[in-house]
Amino acid sequence: MRPSRIPTSILWLTLVFFYLPIGFLVMNSFNSSRFAAKWGGFSLRWYERLTERADILAALGNSVRVAVVASLAAMVLGTTAALVLHRYRSRLQSVHRVLVAVPLVLPDILMGMSLLLLFVSLGVALNLVTVTVAHVTFCISYVALVVQARLQDFDFTMVEAARDLGASRFQAFRKVTLPLLAPGILAGGLLAFTLSIDDYVVTYFVKGPGADTLPTLVYSMIKKSRDLPVINALSTLMLILTFAVVALSQRLVRPVGS
Amino acid sequence: MKNSRREWLLTSPSLLWLAGLVLAPLLIVFAIAFRPALPAGGIGEGWSLDAVRALVDPVYLGLLANTVAVSAVTTVLCILVALPVALAMARLAPKWRSRVLLLVIVPFWTNFVIRVFAWQQILHAQGALAEALRWTGVLGENDRLLGNFAAVVLVSVYTYLPFAILPLFAAAEKFDFHLLDAARDLGARPFRAFVSVFIPGVRQGMVTALLVVFIPMLGSYVVPDMVGGTGTQMLGNKIAQRNFNDRNLPEAAALSGALTLLVLVPFFLRRRDAEPSANPEKA
Repeated sequence: MRPSRIPTSILWLTLVFFYLPIGFLVMNSFNSSRFAAKWGGFSLRWYERLTERADILAALGNSVRVAVVASLAAMVLGTTAALVLHRYRSRLQSVHRVLVAVPLVLPDILMGMSLLLLFVSLGVALNLVTVTVAHVTFCISYVALVVQARLQDFDFTMVEAARDLGASRFQAFRKVTLPLLAPGILAGGLLAFTLSIDDYVVTYFVKGPGADTLPTLVYSMIKKSRDLPVINALSTLMLILTFAVVALSQRLVRPVGS
Repeated sequence: MKNSRREWLLTSPSLLWLAGLVLAPLLIVFAIAFRPALPAGGIGEGWSLDAVRALVDPVYLGLLANTVAVSAVTTVLCILVALPVALAMARLAPKWRSRVLLLVIVPFWTNFVIRVFAWQQILHAQGALAEALRWTGVLGENDRLLGNFAAVVLVSVYTYLPFAILPLFAAAEKFDFHLLDAARDLGARPFRAFVSVFIPGVRQGMVTALLVVFIPMLGSYVVPDMVGGTGTQMLGNKIAQRNFNDRNLPEAAALSGALTLLVLVPFFLRRRDAEPSANPEKA
């Protein structure tokens, strides 16, 4: 009996639904009209306008700086977290496991609000440092999640073999465990990077009145209805970047040998 | 002995970071909810029940009802769409399966604010969609596509649908499709087989999908802020408003505390449910 065609139709409709707004943005970034409703002919004027906006470039720089530092720190903390969670079964790890899981389910607004209140109570000035600390906090859990998945089919007999052959614990870790886990750690790091670059809510709460990241700047541009078509051009460039990162990470998470 | 010292040493970096920057801040939220607010903004000395008492205001109850309603409707719609999508994906040839999976993940990796902005433009009053609907008479002359409950739900479904598809797809991949064929052979119509065989088969994925959509939805703030109106505010909007516009941190903290309790209750219920020893005869 042939399976019903309805689920497949819903799948394709869903994909159309997913890409429709994205296609709309890309199309409008080449629309010379100031208003999204009217097609005014093909034009690159919004891309030119984009290059004139120094504040966007500065915000992009801030975003990248925060994301690089946050994802590197989260790669270290998330990987150690995943290793001990995989290795030990104790009360300590049960507590640890809950703490690692909480940021995965806690709504962004609560993470932003609670960190803001922490910084305010400690009298810490809000700036890009507090933004970075906040980003590390939610990135750790995602890196741990990806590395833990990788550890599920990790062959620990390789490490035992290295130890039997006389390697110290540290040597075995550095020469065997780490290289084998590297793709998982990198994939986790890339996920952390995209989450950090993408974050608006947590950043908005802990950034203070000073420097903007790209999402907070774009948000305030939207709220003030300023230079909206420039946002389309910027989005198109960011989409291209995202596709490149996705393609790269796909190569990393693909299991060895396939 | 030596082993447990190693364990502590390796666990402490992430444990201390998360205890200091996740657990402690959440406790501080509850503490600050019982502080008085200074008229100039900021947190006063001593203790006060003002912020917590303010929560019983009927305005907040309406807000809470709206928050739960938007979250629940969005979650149900996400699962209703994700179930057939997951089934169709799991039935694809392996080569196509990974490609389609990637197509589902990519929009979730593109900037969230920008995706919501795209919808704001699509649903705009002078946009092509609104004009077309007005022309066909579906939309009245003064009706708007933005600023209502439906707009908030539509854009929320758009942003959360991948989160519902992924766990359901993971469950559907492990599902034995011969069971569906068997049900069909025994005379069940496709829809009947889908409801009585497929859905129970992916139950665990459905529970995960429900949690990963419903819980973050409760804290939704950007979507109602950008495509909603004054009548579709959610708790998240009120927290931001108390915090940034009124500078009333204790009241923002009291609202956040209430939201935290709302969010963490199902999370801990789920953990107890997941413990096999606690509930061996799970139906």
